[in-house]
Amino acid sequence: MTATILKHEKFGATPPAAATAVAVAPAAPAASDDAPPVRRHVPLVEKYGDEIAGFFRAVIPVVFGLAMFVAIWAMLSAHSTLPGPLKTLHSAIAIFSDPFYRKGPNDQGIGWNILMSLGRVGIGFGMAALIGIPLGFMIGRFRFLARMTSPIISLLRPVSPLAWLPIGLLVFKAANPAAIWVIFISSIWPMIVNTAVGVREVPQDYLNVAKVLNLSEWKVFTRILFPAALPFVLTGIRLSIGVAWLVIVAAEMLTGGVGIGFWVWDEWNNLNVEHIIIAIFVVGIVGLLLEQMLMLIARRFEYR
Amino acid sequence: MEKFVLVENIGMSFKTPRGTFVALKDINLSISEGEFVTLIGHSGCGKSTLLNLVAGLTEPTAGVLICAGREIAGPGPDRGVVFQNHSLLPWLTCAENIYLAVERVFGASENRAQLKARTLKALDLVQLGHAADKRPNEISGGMKQRVGIARALSIEPKVLLLDEPFGALDALTRAHLQDELLKIVAKTRSTVLMVTHDVDEAVLLSDRIVMMTNGPAATIGDIVSVDLARPRDRLALVKDAGYHQLRGRVLEFLYQKQLRPAA
Repeated sequence: MTATILKHEKFGATPPAAATAVAVAPAAPAASDDAPPVRRHVPLVEKYGDEIAGFFRAVIPVVFGLAMFVAIWAMLSAHSTLPGPLKTLHSAIAIFSDPFYRKGPNDQGIGWNILMSLGRVGIGFGMAALIGIPLGFMIGRFRFLARMTSPIISLLRPVSPLAWLPIGLLVFKAANPAAIWVIFISSIWPMIVNTAVGVREVPQDYLNVAKVLNLSEWKVFTRILFPAALPFVLTGIRLSIGVAWLVIVAAEMLTGGVGIGFWVWDEWNNLNVEHIIIAIFVVGIVGLLLEQMLMLIARRFEYR
Repeated sequence: MEKFVLVENIGMSFKTPRGTFVALKDINLSISEGEFVTLIGHSGCGKSTLLNLVAGLTEPTAGVLICAGREIAGPGPDRGVVFQNHSLLPWLTCAENIYLAVERVFGASENRAQLKARTLKALDLVQLGHAADKRPNEISGGMKQRVGIARALSIEPKVLLLDEPFGALDALTRAHLQDELLKIVAKTRSTVLMVTHDVDEAVLLSDRIVMMTNGPAATIGDIVSVDLARPRDRLALVKDAGYHQLRGRVLEFLYQKQLRPAA
């Protein structure tokens, strides 16, 4: 807590401020001088040449890859019942022009389906984080606990997520909590395991500092263990959210209700294959966004 | 005070799959208050092990350690340790690294302003007031080591323990920090136990040089008293016959009596 206070109050923050003031002062009179500024025409390519080249180096392969993907897709669809890219695009425009309509419990807009799925993932994953991360910390910190839980974790971790669904249905006697339960149980493992590894890998040097100063267990946690393990924890979270999003489609196919997974199944029953392809893209894009968001957060906590 | 730090019949052995390995044996040493003692020896002779024992990071398998009249039962803030690799926490600024130590030791009796004043005072002592808000990865290796020293001194320890503090630095930075350490110790009158493998560093800084024999079962081979007048000046000492004689004695011990085939 005090660290954040220190950050705001800033030790000796004056010298840098003074330094910038000095640096700015001589520049001011020069600007007010009436001498016409020397203008030399700099061609854009000369000025931004490297940036432009870099941009194309990054973008061209991506465009090329996507074009090839679409071409193969078009070719395949021409010789089968698979809807082609153009037909799918038209269908997608139609769907996304009205994403939030409601026509009864089984016919709702794509927006609602995505939001409902994200909601289930959010609740299931959130509960998993709430339990998994502290559990991981304790397992990493206390060897007894690690030995105690390791056989159970090793046994349950490889179980296919959907195998948990009947247990959820039995216990909760409803489809929605059962789906959340599947998300919870399948996304908790990466967080437990990664957090525990992160805590165990905290450099001995840092722990020696804690020992030499006789820091309290709370200070050891907030000042050393937590910041040191944070990158590992974030990796665990990233893997977990990936798993959660992966599992939700399958879980919803089985449980029904509103959600992207159920929507896929429903459209299969309607034999509306364009919509299934659209759903695949939507699932992929949302998953990608979730991943990128967490990468962005994780990058803020890199120390080296 | 005589016998401020007392090391009595210390032995240290480790259990290995191939039997017991005796690292240290029959070590007896007493350090007076305000004395600067260095431990020197070939690498692997157990000098860092001995320092860790005084720090309380490890427990001896035989003998007693006493600091300021109390038995050393574990690590504690009455002994400030400077680690070889600085061991600053990379997610805290230099000031916050020191504040963590200051808060632990003085937090119960002083308010935040006083604790911050102590933090800044410690940084000023190593002339790093300007780096207070910098993270350890934003400053040089020498500066990091100085912050480490500032952290150790900020808690006003009874004994300052230095484990090859300048070992990872280049020669020029090392000389600079040695001079600075001389000034700081003269000012704070700290009792210091320092591990080094640099003969010049040992002669320049110490009141006494404790020379250790090679392990296994390393012990104290000889102790040299350095009776050079203080304050000491690196350049003046180069022309000092006494300095060269002391240097010669340490070198002789290390390279004649305790020489061993290149490891």
